[in-house]
Amino acid sequence: MRRLSTFNIVSLTLGFAFLYIPMVILVVYSFNESKLVTVWAGFSTKWYGELLQNEAMIDAAWVTVKVAFFSSTIATVLGTMAAYVIVRRGRFFGRTLFSGMIYAPLVMPEVITGLSLLLLFIAIGLDRGVLTIVLAHTTFSMCYVSVVVSSRLVSFDDSLEEAALDLGASPFEAFRLVTLPIIAPAVISGWLLAFTLSLDDLVIASFAAGPSATTLPIKIFSSVRLGVSPEINALSTIIIAIVTVGVLTASIVSKRQITQRLKEEAQAD
Amino acid sequence: MRRLLVAVPYVWLVVLFLVPFGIVLKISLSDIALAIPPYTPTLDLSEGWTGFKAFLSQLDLENYVFLTSDDLYWKAYLSSLQIAFLSTFFTLLVGFPVAYAMARAAEEWRPALLMLVILPFWTSFLIRVYAWIGILSTEGFLNQFLMWTGVISEPLTILNTNTAVYIGIVYTYLPFMILPIYATLEKMDGSLLEAAEDLGCSRMQAFWLVTVPLAMPGVVAGCFLVFIPTLGEFVIPSLLGGSDTLMIGKVLWEEFFNNRDWPVASSVAIILLLILIVPIILFQRNQQINKEADQ
Amino acid sequence: MAASGNNEVFAPWKDRDAVPLIRIDQITKRFGDFTAIDNVSLDIYPQEFFALLGPSGCGKTTLMRMLAGFETPSEGRITIDGVDMASVPPNKRAVNMMFQSYALFPHLSVWDNIAFGLRRDSQDKDQVAARVEEMLKLVQLSQFARRKPHQISGGQRQRVALARSLAKAPKLLLLDEPLGALDKKLRQETQFELMDIQEKTGTTFVIVTHDQEEAMTVASRVAVMNNGQLVQVETPEVIYEQPSSVYVADFIGDVNLIEGSVAALGEGAELAWAEGRASLIGQLGAALSKGQSATFAIRPEKIAISSDEPLDRRNRVRGKILDIGYLGNLSTYHVELPEGPVVKCEVGNRSRIERRDFTWEDEVWLSWSDTAGLVLAR
Repeated sequence: MRRLSTFNIVSLTLGFAFLYIPMVILVVYSFNESKLVTVWAGFSTKWYGELLQNEAMIDAAWVTVKVAFFSSTIATVLGTMAAYVIVRRGRFFGRTLFSGMIYAPLVMPEVITGLSLLLLFIAIGLDRGVLTIVLAHTTFSMCYVSVVVSSRLVSFDDSLEEAALDLGASPFEAFRLVTLPIIAPAVISGWLLAFTLSLDDLVIASFAAGPSATTLPIKIFSSVRLGVSPEINALSTIIIAIVTVGVLTASIVSKRQITQRLKEEAQAD
Repeated sequence: MRRLLVAVPYVWLVVLFLVPFGIVLKISLSDIALAIPPYTPTLDLSEGWTGFKAFLSQLDLENYVFLTSDDLYWKAYLSSLQIAFLSTFFTLLVGFPVAYAMARAAEEWRPALLMLVILPFWTSFLIRVYAWIGILSTEGFLNQFLMWTGVISEPLTILNTNTAVYIGIVYTYLPFMILPIYATLEKMDGSLLEAAEDLGCSRMQAFWLVTVPLAMPGVVAGCFLVFIPTLGEFVIPSLLGGSDTLMIGKVLWEEFFNNRDWPVASSVAIILLLILIVPIILFQRNQQINKEADQ
Repeated sequence: MAASGNNEVFAPWKDRDAVPLIRIDQITKRFGDFTAIDNVSLDIYPQEFFALLGPSGCGKTTLMRMLAGFETPSEGRITIDGVDMASVPPNKRAVNMMFQSYALFPHLSVWDNIAFGLRRDSQDKDQVAARVEEMLKLVQLSQFARRKPHQISGGQRQRVALARSLAKAPKLLLLDEPLGALDKKLRQETQFELMDIQEKTGTTFVIVTHDQEEAMTVASRVAVMNNGQLVQVETPEVIYEQPSSVYVADFIGDVNLIEGSVAALGEGAELAWAEGRASLIGQLGAALSKGQSATFAIRPEKIAISSDEPLDRRNRVRGKILDIGYLGNLSTYHVELPEGPVVKCEVGNRSRIERRDFTWEDEVWLSWSDTAGLVLAR
């Protein structure tokens, strides 16, 4: 490998500066004493204190986590089933429609998904609240789960499942004892993806939420519309910290596993 | 057992994806009414077949005619397309050099660099857009910085203009551009460039004649991944854009929540989808070709 | 093969009263327009080591997968131990399979892999444990029981796969290219191990392979397949010495093929192969009539090479050495006959290389006995 040219170093520096400076500023100014977000007036953690006092915010956060947990769990089950069906089952009635419906929500503008689900909920007289947000989030995030899981299933050696059947396992046992443990990492990343998508979603939640349930993004959005506030900075900092720790841990763990495995394989031969 | 495996996700998608979509289509053909729900006709199955016929006869294309006659809508579509095109182009301009430099970096650095691109992707979209409000506002950090360096003496108005929208889109969608381009460039065999130079190309020529064509699948995929969601974008124009920023996602939202005109909002959605079908089909074809090329 | 006293040679297929374990009855399998198996009938007897041999795409794997239950025949019937298999799913068959990729469960240890099948049937932990230990001992892997598949070598993985498929003491064990992933030396060792284990357990083995040497080494009978049909089903000796067709002769080992027409039929057959030359004499390998075009097949190692004309042999031809291949244990001569064909002949190197008699461009005589060659239908 050649050494990086100046041009490449400059593009990397500028590129990552562009990606990270806004977030760094956000984090730094969450510790600002002043109410004015853009003027530094000394270090303080008072906005974190106020955030914890803000019951509406805490309630919204709780609703959001609840919604994200349930929707991502249901979406993982449904998405895994859908992926299994698409990859494993040859032909069945309406297969084209099925795979179309699996991939369409990935490219569908959120405003349309949200609008159509809201109109459905009204048409069937379902009161908008936590349940409707969960339904809406499950629907679009199951498609992401199925994409993640099916890309793993494609490279899954069919003979493993056949071996399980051959050794006397029923089809369901074969799935539970062999397929599922092997594709588990993909299923877990599918769940994580669904969870973050749900945590993050503003548009679909806005359509699906009723007055009885407000999620954190809806709360943030309505408060941000009125202008920047240090409290939101504090909240953002907490979210960024959680995501960073989570993503870094996940990548370190998976890197460790890969290195460990390579080492063991090298020793085996 | 096997039937159940197909049936459960199938029924879920039919009920929560296909049927709602049919409802949107139906409402787009209805008229606005001061009622609950605020449109007419509503389907009354108690009258049986005649009721259904009466219902059908009341549907019309009036809303679509309205969309073409009021220049707010077609201007919004055009301006959405323009913003999506330009911001895709800008994202490519920023993203390609970064992806290229990442692919050329030493192997032990690449996972870390990749991590740095993926991290914002997992971070809240809303928060990342919000971060720019403080930067771009009149008394924001950018203006403070520029005035401090003496480049400008009066603060610039960036927030609530289309410029802010472009910056916001490039910023939030940058990982979507970098990742596919990096993936293709990283696969590229380094000896190809050496071969090109060996055959008499200059570095620059080798870049244009070898690297760029080979990166094309990633570039195309990245452009679609930015273009398609940008077209229906709502959050960025409503937080960073001004009152004159016309984007169809925002218009739809306002039509629905502020004007409570559900039929018009529905027909706006249908037209947006029709516009999106073209890039979506092109994108899928591109993915298909790439997949076949990989095999 | 000498059968002496009560120590009879194992050959149930010759015994009219023997009951086959597997009865494949006029099986046809189609995938869309493609016919993978074309009306195949075959009996396999208990304790046989049976090989399905053929090039890739000949249908041997499909036939095996039908025995395991992963494919259902389009036509025909398979019975195992007298039971029609038509409605028996793979997990209910007393048949186990060793997969080409081994299909070891990567998330389970060697021990758990072997116990997998046992646990499906039995709740008794001690019984399972005892059987697993027994199998580990059989394949000499006891000290690796706690390792995961990726922590052991390829040869060890192969033995785990074998132990796992034998653990349930199946009536029939199917082996899909079991040694394909091993290097040559290990493969040869493992072949003998396989035979040993087969003998110890008394299980009926059906092996699928494209490697003729492997089939010849391990099997009691070999079925040569081509284009979804059985070409010949016989013991390795018969397959090699008396192939029923040019296809089999050519597929199994090295052979010289000389085209001609049947000149006379008697005890053996005579083949006219070139104007003005004496006919070649060999055994009749197929039903042929006089004047019919046929092929003379002669194995390279059955040909003698000499500088003087061997007048005591009727089959003798003269030619020029084109190429010599020194392989260590033997030398191969490619001799070009003036009539056109190039004949390959192998000579064992019993003495040191210095005493090599022939060199390039030498005129030599090739000869073989009257019974060494076969006259086959083309």
